[in-house]
Amino acid sequence: MSFASEFDSLSLVELSAFGQHAMAADVEAALARSEASGKRLSLADFAALISPVASQPTYLEAMARRSHDLTVKHFGRVMRFFAPLYLSNECINICKYCGFSRDNPILRVTLTLDQVATEARYLREQGFRHILLVAGEHPHFVSDNYLRDCVARLHPEWPSISLEVGPLETEQYTPIVQAGGEGLVIYQETYDRRVYDAMHVSGPKRDFDWRVETPERAYAAGFKRLGIGALLGLAPWRNEAIALAAHAKHLLKKCWMAQLTISAPRLRPAAGEFEPLVNMSDRELVQFVCALRMAFPEVGLVLSTRESAKLRDHLIPLGITMMSAGSHTEPGGYTGQGREKLHVTKGGRMVKPDLPMIQSEGEHATVQFQIADERSPAEVAERLQQLKYEPVWKDWEGALNEA
Amino acid sequence: MTDKPQTLRIANRDFNSRLILGTGKFASGEIMASALEASGAELVTVALRRADLSGQRDKFANILTFIDAKKYVLLPNTSGARNAEEACRLARLGREATGSTWLKLEIHPDPRYLLPDAVETLKAAEVLVNEGFTVLPYINADPVLAKRLEDAGCATVMPLGSPIGSARGIETRASIEIIIEQATVPVVVDAGMGAPSHAAEAMEMGADAVLVNTAIAIAADPERMAEAFKAAVAAGRAAYEIGLAVKRTEAEATSPLTGFLNEP
Repeated sequence: MSFASEFDSLSLVELSAFGQHAMAADVEAALARSEASGKRLSLADFAALISPVASQPTYLEAMARRSHDLTVKHFGRVMRFFAPLYLSNECINICKYCGFSRDNPILRVTLTLDQVATEARYLREQGFRHILLVAGEHPHFVSDNYLRDCVARLHPEWPSISLEVGPLETEQYTPIVQAGGEGLVIYQETYDRRVYDAMHVSGPKRDFDWRVETPERAYAAGFKRLGIGALLGLAPWRNEAIALAAHAKHLLKKCWMAQLTISAPRLRPAAGEFEPLVNMSDRELVQFVCALRMAFPEVGLVLSTRESAKLRDHLIPLGITMMSAGSHTEPGGYTGQGREKLHVTKGGRMVKPDLPMIQSEGEHATVQFQIADERSPAEVAERLQQLKYEPVWKDWEGALNEA
Repeated sequence: MTDKPQTLRIANRDFNSRLILGTGKFASGEIMASALEASGAELVTVALRRADLSGQRDKFANILTFIDAKKYVLLPNTSGARNAEEACRLARLGREATGSTWLKLEIHPDPRYLLPDAVETLKAAEVLVNEGFTVLPYINADPVLAKRLEDAGCATVMPLGSPIGSARGIETRASIEIIIEQATVPVVVDAGMGAPSHAAEAMEMGADAVLVNTAIAIAADPERMAEAFKAAVAAGRAAYEIGLAVKRTEAEATSPLTGFLNEP
């Protein structure tokens, strides 16, 4: 049974209501179960841990301590690094919150294989050995064959290659896996069907079920790492958290050989000037991270440069296991590749942009969103060492990704 | 029983230490190196996936530079491999890159509990032994599998006490006892040793060695924790060699049934 077919029969509404009205005793029971060795937390426990009452300082500190201990026990005093490499910011979807949305008159480009290799080489020199290839959804510019070719090109030099691209069929994923693709990341954005419909105005992304079943199709094709997440800022975060936890539980059972990672990205400023519909405070983000760790001790938790340097430093010991650093969220952002081909896309056609537009944008493709932590990878690595964590650049081997 | 501690012989090598260390999860290469030193270990396992196998001396994958090849026998491991084919591929690459023919064979397709796959492990062991590797397989505490691996030519068997990193100690005691009783190769109890007392218990049971990683790596003071494990392993081994008193449920001071035989 896929998660999509299970989704509507899950008691997510009841769980959300339970979490909203959880009492101190519920939180204490969940904390006690987390401390007990060999016990797994239920979704109700998770709902209690993300409840308003659990955000009180005494509970949150206890959760943070438990989360820290579990993280160190399962992952050690190490932090895995990865870097996103944006291949293309073309997109056929209209999504209200995304900078790459089709209706945004932004500068766009799709990198050639040589340009991708040049950007990747720069990231390699920075130390990265795990790379995440990111692109908008566009069957023409970002075809499955193009993605396979990108992976094949990078595979000899990169121990670990993951992708965060528009959903594909299992049969389209298989050649990408065979070319050396290891992981697939796909965020549902929001698990609230109503909000999902409202946010995704046009394009294939409107199909909620097709998207939510993507990790299972990716697993069937042989991907070894699956990343899921919700974009926080669209629907009440506690509801998103419960649905995300239910999704994680489903995948852990069904895709039992995959290493699962979860991200909790908060919405950032982007082209289109979309304002978050709901806010999530730093305190609530910490609560979410700790609750995820307590419910899923062995799951990787990913933190991007969306968050500020200060908050990232504080989140490191609380459950995070993978970080990016020095990221650019536009194609060509690291080495200026693809500048000569910058264009605006109108009605599916490339249009030469006005010169003033290019100049005003500093001759770069437009970013997906603005990052907040602008430190270089070396600076973040040094900070980790100060915090007594080993920055791990390589924790996989390309030979494990060969067909 | 001898009055001198017995050495551990694996394949054709002798070891004075019966503590094998893992090198994951440490806060830095320097801290790991000092823990290795303090542990007295002579055999050290390293995940090949963490090491540079490109031969380019990658400074961003330099874990091997912290392990003095003159002091330690390197035991590369295949962690990350999900089946026999991946494990064999990784093993061959590792041999090329490190020069070591010793191999800790680890195949755990489940990234959550990291429990070893018996079927794939046996398959890989048969291939790798034939290719000249000295194979030390990580297995669940399955006595029949242990014999099968021994028959396949493995240099040891390494049954788990409890899942990797779980610190739950020896939960598989009854099966490990059978493995030890039947083994003709050294038995290394691997995984789950959360406290020195767990390691001592394994040694008292007659295990030939233990492998410890997490409990030392994540300790507040890894160097001292390594010393603690060293002492526990030595104590447990000495007790085993000397012979432990048999546990009794009641005190037995006299021999009520046969005491008459001693009467004048």
